[in-house]
Amino acid sequence: MFFEIDIVIRRGGRRISGDFKALSGLTALFGPSGAGKTSVLDAVAGLLRPERGRIAVNGEVLFDSDSAIDLPPEQRACGYVFQDGRLFPHRTVRQNLLFGWNLAPQDRRWLSPDEAISFLGIEQLMDRMAPTLSGGEAQRVAIGRALLSGPRCLLMDEPLASLDQARREEIMQVIERIRDELKLPILYVSHDRDEVDRLADQVIPIHPK
Amino acid sequence: MTILSPSEWQVVALSLRVSCLAILVTLPFAFALAWVLARRSFPGKVLLDALVHLPLVLPPVVTGWLLLIAFGANGPVGRLLADWFGVTLMFRWTGAALAAAVMALPLMVRAMRLSLESVDRRYESAARTLGAGKWRTFFEVTLPLASPGVVAGMVLGLARSLGEFGATVTFVSNIPGQTRTLPLAIYTGLQLPGNEVAVTRLALISVALSLGALVLSEWLARRSGHGRGGHVL
Repeated sequence: MFFEIDIVIRRGGRRISGDFKALSGLTALFGPSGAGKTSVLDAVAGLLRPERGRIAVNGEVLFDSDSAIDLPPEQRACGYVFQDGRLFPHRTVRQNLLFGWNLAPQDRRWLSPDEAISFLGIEQLMDRMAPTLSGGEAQRVAIGRALLSGPRCLLMDEPLASLDQARREEIMQVIERIRDELKLPILYVSHDRDEVDRLADQVIPIHPK
Repeated sequence: MTILSPSEWQVVALSLRVSCLAILVTLPFAFALAWVLARRSFPGKVLLDALVHLPLVLPPVVTGWLLLIAFGANGPVGRLLADWFGVTLMFRWTGAALAAAVMALPLMVRAMRLSLESVDRRYESAARTLGAGKWRTFFEVTLPLASPGVVAGMVLGLARSLGEFGATVTFVSNIPGQTRTLPLAIYTGLQLPGNEVAVTRLALISVALSLGALVLSEWLARRSGHGRGGHVL
């Protein structure tokens, strides 16, 4: 199993539990808004500490409350594509793309900047400042930035949420190519049934409690 | 400088020296305090916040008097500095810098704290997932995003120290060439009749210095804002 997750997260007054195993490919965490899907993703990335449990990706334990393992986010090598892009506003597209690439050890860089740029079709955006990009452009760059950080998997939090229909289709094709051509395992959060039906190899329902 | 007379130049140079030393020494402390107040929660935070702001609300004379008690020849800190390092601040320009620093601190902390609080921490999370450790995230994400506020804090602090009067005159007196900064020189000029021209000239220098600091800070903020239209004030 590629993702092995069995955690309990405390958020405000309630508990969210995520308990699933998933193969590589695209695994959708599917459920209504507010069910805690993003919290599960944050826990895998190391941005949120679960109350207890265990997270392993591709056999490596990232978090285990029983043996007091809790890797910081920078050591987890999980590329995160946020719903809102979160490109660094004080940097150009090029600097955003290279941020993680420059930090990744040589042997973890499985994609070169040139490959990523042509894969995503963002050649003409390179010298723009991040805040000047449209929603679809920003999301492409955010995906490129995550891919270039040398990740072993990709975490995507509703990456289509803020896009219009035409942009959604474009980004969906990009995600399919990441799944099929780059063969990068993806944990994908969504509340949209059509999106999940089209993209997901496996669906994990997350219920509100 | 031919426009300024030697005695005017002495006053201006001293003022700049005192203010620059005050700001440079205060900067790391102010930033650290701003960070702690913006990002940490701990018991006694309200008290620390109040202490930092005290010089803003106390009469400057009282601040000067407290400095005199602490750093004077018989004060606890003053004696320590004298015995261990052979340093005295009383009646020295370094003492004027200390008074200016204490008075500038609250303004600097406020500006920096506001800018740190306005930094969207989600960018920091993003940097962490991309492989940046805490320090790199601080230097490459947090600090650049907070930089307009850091610049603003320095300019406000500089303006405050250039204008410092009450705490300075109480703590280190009004000694020509040693502690007589611009405001003290203007005050001294006003004590005797017939000094209107000299006072006017000093006042104009004061206005020019303050304007210069404001223009410089706008320019710096625009540069560090990377065209995001960052304004200092």
